[in-house]
Amino acid sequence: MQMSGAQMVCEAIIAEGVKTVFGYPGGAIMHVYDEIYKQNGFEHILNRHEQAAVHAADGYARATGEVGVAMVTSGPGFTNAVTGLATAYMDSIPMVVISGQVPLSLIGTDGFQEIDAVGISRPCTKHNFLVRSLEELPRILKEAFYLARTGRPGPVLVDIPKDITVEIGEFKYPESVNIPTYKPTYKGNNRQIEKAVEAIKKAKKPLLYLGGGVVASNAYKLVRELAEKTQIPAVETLMARGVMGAKNPLLLGMLGMHGNYASNMAMSETDLVISLGARFDDRVTGKLSEFAKYADVIHVDIDPANISKLVDVDYPIVGDITQVLEKMIPLLEGVNPDRYQAWREILKRYDELHPQSYEDSDEVIKPQWAIERIGELVGEQAIITSDVGQHQMWAAQHYPFDRPRQWINSGGLGTMGFGLPAAIGAKRACPEKTVINITGDGSILMNVQELVTAAEYKTPVINVILNNHFLGMVRQWQTFFYEKRYSETDLTFQPNWKMLVEACGGIGYDVTTKEEFDAALKDAIEKDKVCFMNVAVNRFENVLPMVPAGGALFNMMLPPKIENNGEEK
Amino acid sequence: MPNTTNERRVISVVVMNESSVLARVTALFAGRGYNIESLTVAPIPNSDMSHITIETKGNARVMEQITKQLHKLIPVYKVIEHEEMVEKEMVLVKFPIAENLSDIAALAAAYNGGIVNVGKEMVVAQVADEPKRVKHFIEAAQRYNPCEIVRGGVVAIER
Repeated sequence: MQMSGAQMVCEAIIAEGVKTVFGYPGGAIMHVYDEIYKQNGFEHILNRHEQAAVHAADGYARATGEVGVAMVTSGPGFTNAVTGLATAYMDSIPMVVISGQVPLSLIGTDGFQEIDAVGISRPCTKHNFLVRSLEELPRILKEAFYLARTGRPGPVLVDIPKDITVEIGEFKYPESVNIPTYKPTYKGNNRQIEKAVEAIKKAKKPLLYLGGGVVASNAYKLVRELAEKTQIPAVETLMARGVMGAKNPLLLGMLGMHGNYASNMAMSETDLVISLGARFDDRVTGKLSEFAKYADVIHVDIDPANISKLVDVDYPIVGDITQVLEKMIPLLEGVNPDRYQAWREILKRYDELHPQSYEDSDEVIKPQWAIERIGELVGEQAIITSDVGQHQMWAAQHYPFDRPRQWINSGGLGTMGFGLPAAIGAKRACPEKTVINITGDGSILMNVQELVTAAEYKTPVINVILNNHFLGMVRQWQTFFYEKRYSETDLTFQPNWKMLVEACGGIGYDVTTKEEFDAALKDAIEKDKVCFMNVAVNRFENVLPMVPAGGALFNMMLPPKIENNGEEK
Repeated sequence: MPNTTNERRVISVVVMNESSVLARVTALFAGRGYNIESLTVAPIPNSDMSHITIETKGNARVMEQITKQLHKLIPVYKVIEHEEMVEKEMVLVKFPIAENLSDIAALAAAYNGGIVNVGKEMVVAQVADEPKRVKHFIEAAQRYNPCEIVRGGVVAIER
């Protein structure tokens, strides 16, 4: 069929089954937007900033596991999208971003709104394309979606010069992809799997170390089956919250810098780490030489470059977690769960010694209480997004996540301003779910313009601002490590939150008591409009436990050992 | 424990011959803090592939990461990194015509080369040999006051 390059872009998006595209028009991408106007195969959400459009596509992808799509124009449209690409890249999120580019004849001339998009995005995309002719456009679009969702998923950029979007040519969307240089390994090596199983059978203190790869592979049921069958305890990374389910007795909690005591001690004392889709991030390992010092390591990962990158691995298995576990679980048939009984009891004692806890108050709302309360009121039917900082860690520590894809946050890059647009993306993907963005008074102002998007598209996202009038996480480090010199972290000067959200077409609630909190959350769910719950929380609350950066995991700062909980009340 | 000493290695990379593929490879080295000592690129005859030869330095863990990260690049077809490589490097050296030409010719001949161009004021010698011997040749050539030295970078092939 004969059609323009712009039409081909729309046809490809429809052929890929994408229901929602997030974006922002501009000069170089206008022809594509003209075709978007004419079609009705997908909806387009006009975010109010390109960064937010990419985060929204990211939230859509995280909530569903499908490829998220964002569309931006050349130059500043693209550069604004870079933070979104980098966020998705660090967390291996499948995404296709389509950017306009100046016409081919202008490339390299410093044309208006020209920037080297493939050059800039090279280190923050799985792959990128500059389309050089109309003939290659259908193939490139097909490959972009294929690359985004296969192997280790990631964002792919397709940069299309404006003249190619106008040109007319023959369109036939390829049915299959043939990239001779790209063959991800899905099936784990049988011999390696057998060896790993032998190691599990011999171990006395094995530990499941679960990462975001379990979510990406949709392998959580198999992971739970493995744990239940063997009764091996598990720790989750920030990206894996929900994999085991909060009520699972085998789940110790989250490990790492803000991991709970039992999880970090388990990692410090285990004799066999069974790493599934985790990548030994520095926020997880702490001091590498002390990390899992007494353990052999089984590492299952679809990306060979993750294996032995930071920690020497004894049983490397390159493959998709689902496929590897399908082979591994039957081989573990004979394992007697009693074998690890003593180990589980040690860990239980650790958890009783220092449970994940905080000191609640009747005078002021504690941020941890607010998160637990949301869990009690909406629990498993909610999707929780977050921004970055203290509120993010408290949410990861205290929310009762029941399933993967319920928790959406920027783990690897740590992007403030991610939460609200990601929540919009998640809500478009899952309209039946209550979507709550747990945020702070710092983060929410980055991309606060998205309130308008949420209001316009009747996308009721509840923003719970845990307001401590500080850039809380930086303030916490200043308290602990910079002798309380609060350099540029005091956010006493604030907007009127209620007026701000109402000006954008939403509802505002000022919350200072627990009663007000409950009433506001119930009303927000009923009203079904975008809203701010401005929750005044204890100013100097700290995220604990905490492993100081570069310290050994077992050297945690624990709640009772911090005098006065950090600061004057 | 992995070997932590920095060793010189030559890595051969077979890539799709497409635009910006070299930029992807060099950007990977720059972005992850790996060294490039020398680099040569040329298309592989009768194919749509190119051969990139990179001379680099690093310990065993770094080498493993370089190899894996290179392999992760979508247009990379094959990465060959081991000790059993036949390596050659070319160098061109320009000497003033006033120097002892027969000495220079004899020296170049000793390193599998010779004089390849003679002009009014300058003479150019060429040597193609193992990288270590090329280095020796350049050292030996110092006494004839070379005014310009251009090394070609290492090319390598599996034994």
